Amino acid sequence: MEFLVIGIIIAAIAIIGATALFYRARGSRRPVAPPPAAPPVPAKAEDSPAGTGETAVAERAPPAAAAPAPEAPAAEVELEVPEPTAGRLVRLRSRLSRSQGTLGQGLLKLLSRDKLDEATWEEIEDTLIAADLGVGPAGELVERLRTHTRVQGARTVDEARALLREELVALIDPTLDRTLKVAKHPAADGAPERPAVAMVVGVNGTGKTTTTGKLARVLIADGYTVVLGAADTFRAAAADQLQTWGQRVGAYTVRGAEGADPASVAFEAVKEGTGMGVDTVLIDTAGRLHTKAGLMDELGKVKRVAEKQGTVDEVLLVLDATTGQNGLVQARVFAEVVDITGIVLTKLDGTAKGGIVVAVQKELGVPVKLVGLGEGPDDLAPFDPEAFVDALLQ
Amino acid sequence: MFDTLSDRLATTFKNLRGKGRLSPQDIDETLREIRRALLEADVSLEAVRPFIAAVRTRAESAEVSKALNPAQQIIKIVNEELVGILGGETRRLRFAKNPPTVILLAGLQGAGKTTLAGKLAYWLRSEGHTPVLVAADLQRPNAVTQLQVVGDRAGVPVFAPEPGNGVGNPVKVAQDSIEFAKAKMHDVVIVDTAGRLGIDAELMRQAADIRDAVRPDEVLFVVDAMIGQDAVTTAQAFMDGVGFDGVVLTKLDGDARGGAALSVRQVTGKPVMFASSGEKLEEFDVFHPERMASRILDMGDMMTLIEQAEKAFDQAEAEKMAGKLARNEFTLDDFLNQMEQLKKLGSMTKLLGMLPGVSGIKDQLKEIDDKDVNRIAAIIKSMTPGEREDVKIINGSRRQRIARGSGTSVPEVNNLIERFLEAKKMMSQMAKGGMPGMPGLPGAGGLGGTKRKSAKAKAADKASKSKGRSRSGNPAKAKAEEAARQARKDGNGPFGEDGGQFELPDEFKNLLPPQ
Repeated sequence: MEFLVIGIIIAAIAIIGATALFYRARGSRRPVAPPPAAPPVPAKAEDSPAGTGETAVAERAPPAAAAPAPEAPAAEVELEVPEPTAGRLVRLRSRLSRSQGTLGQGLLKLLSRDKLDEATWEEIEDTLIAADLGVGPAGELVERLRTHTRVQGARTVDEARALLREELVALIDPTLDRTLKVAKHPAADGAPERPAVAMVVGVNGTGKTTTTGKLARVLIADGYTVVLGAADTFRAAAADQLQTWGQRVGAYTVRGAEGADPASVAFEAVKEGTGMGVDTVLIDTAGRLHTKAGLMDELGKVKRVAEKQGTVDEVLLVLDATTGQNGLVQARVFAEVVDITGIVLTKLDGTAKGGIVVAVQKELGVPVKLVGLGEGPDDLAPFDPEAFVDALLQ
Repeated sequence: MFDTLSDRLATTFKNLRGKGRLSPQDIDETLREIRRALLEADVSLEAVRPFIAAVRTRAESAEVSKALNPAQQIIKIVNEELVGILGGETRRLRFAKNPPTVILLAGLQGAGKTTLAGKLAYWLRSEGHTPVLVAADLQRPNAVTQLQVVGDRAGVPVFAPEPGNGVGNPVKVAQDSIEFAKAKMHDVVIVDTAGRLGIDAELMRQAADIRDAVRPDEVLFVVDAMIGQDAVTTAQAFMDGVGFDGVVLTKLDGDARGGAALSVRQVTGKPVMFASSGEKLEEFDVFHPERMASRILDMGDMMTLIEQAEKAFDQAEAEKMAGKLARNEFTLDDFLNQMEQLKKLGSMTKLLGMLPGVSGIKDQLKEIDDKDVNRIAAIIKSMTPGEREDVKIINGSRRQRIARGSGTSVPEVNNLIERFLEAKKMMSQMAKGGMPGMPGLPGAGGLGGTKRKSAKAKAADKASKSKGRSRSGNPAKAKAEEAARQARKDGNGPFGEDGGQFELPDEFKNLLPPQ
């Protein structure tokens, strides 16, 4: 009996596949959806966070009347004042080089050998592969390094360092726009002013909730006001976790019941945010594997529903630095469903190098905007390619 | 970019065909491809090197050069080596002679320890034990709450004397939990610890302290199947820091190839004991090395497909369906029904990708999206009940009406009907016993996937495409049926059939369950 079931299933899949392919073959009648157009260049890109004219009101108490869910009295919690973001990466550099130093050091040592023979190049390639760069990109980088050393004849450590730095920076592409669009949209064309909306997405266990909490701190430190939306209604206690983060810095958290429709929570959060006149609404979503079609649809819905009251300005994909080659597949699928605008690379304080973001950035053109470097509440820093590479080569 | 190993080797071996003997260069090239494929499956370099060396030794030996089809032989070696390493000694949980048995979970942040704790507790409970969960993760905000919720769902008590969020001493909690378990007669204690990094000396020290406090019978290292090259470093760090007896691979329901399993096994020598694949409590299983091997090699994953299908399909429903098939009463309504069920399994592309032998049309597969499934449903739903009962009554004008009703075109309706009839015939044959070939996927050559057939099918497909008409599945089908007859004759099933460029892993051969 069992194998009959199997047979039926396979047959059904085969029929569907064949029929679907048939449509595709005929194709022309139905225009294939155009590839996601290049991310529209924001007409009014935010240059300075201070330009919003809003004073820092981090200690704002949540309006009790508007609370859709009972909330612990926030007033009793002592509010922490997070440190500003400027120079964070510099402070965190030591932490980065603790783990990452070996990569840069190893490469430098190899490059400044007297004789760069085949075996050395292979070693260099292996080092890059071990950083999860992927076989393809690692090979390309080695090829370029090879050409350069041959042409320029770099021999000393300093020369090798300069060369490597140049190549690594080029690999991370410093020209990409890495600013977060989190400033309030001014009133325009009769529409009232409304907050910027940022969504945090990713697979399970990459640190979305933690990132959302830390990001709220970053924003508050920079003088924005923030409302959090706990649209992770699936995982046990995820909303509590986010609320704890919010309470520490006095950000109000909108939450629904466990198992509630996450889209409704997102909608509610944007509505609350607009009502309270904050700068930014941060929506934390439940972790979902990109292979679960139903959950990905749900994510699409969360975004669509949140967009009913304006635009979702940032969709941040949280990638764990330990993630291997599967990260690219994840990014691809998430990009398709919610059109991600930036990447947050977390857990970089470990031994993992997070090389997969290079491939992701290259293929999808989505820049790394933030890096997470530890469990401390202020261990999230804006990503600065040059500083990052310098830390690598320190 | 992410070609599968089978695709790649197929290309490599194309040049070898007819040689019947591998030169050292051929072996080198093949091994390079295998190395690349393993690296892309996130197997760590440290694990790849000895593995490739082992394969090379065997590949250069007589067993390959004398083999009839050397290329196939190499794949077989790779598969065997993989299963050998992954499988090795498999073992079950050790239970203490004097209860309680203590199980300690350790791993990186976000590996899935808390979820796994719940699953483990649920599984143990269903095995007749009385586990208790211990909340020793006092680091992450609300980890304790999460464990309590998980415990509730699993119907297992949670020992959580400390509120967490940075308050309390996990070592003490762990220690007290043993007394608690003894007092309350729990025979298994599952200690959920905070996630920690391998290089965080302080936290590793704490983990070791917890270990010393509870003297666990099993320390399980929880690792995410998506982890990359860092798997080795992390595993080594945990090995040195706390030591572990077994590995649990989580998030296997994603499409990561899970090379980490091989890395961890190779570097630490500890077996992978459990595989966790999903967010529900019951999605937890012992580890199957063969499946993992073919997953790492990306050979298609029939077993997973079948397993998922079995979960999604109602047994009674299936039996009813089988009865209908045997009486040749399978209708479009039933088909629609099946399709709805299949949708639960995930995206169509993914399902199709799991079928072996479709690698040749990967690019085409990418084109399919799940809307196509809806279109098929739309066509069927535009038919009258009578038409669904008996498709033969659908004549020209009915076809036109159906096409209009579903927003498709007459050829599309024709195509569906044709495919349905083919499949129905095939399935009723199947119901009577035996396992004939599949109706040809255009260009794929269906399941029995021989090279010859697939080439022909492709040609037929091309021809039909150029004419812009629905292609008859006949050339492929005829071949498939012939293959099936042949297979029945020598009692082998079409899946193990040779003639492709490489051999399918054993599990396909064993697809026909013992009668």
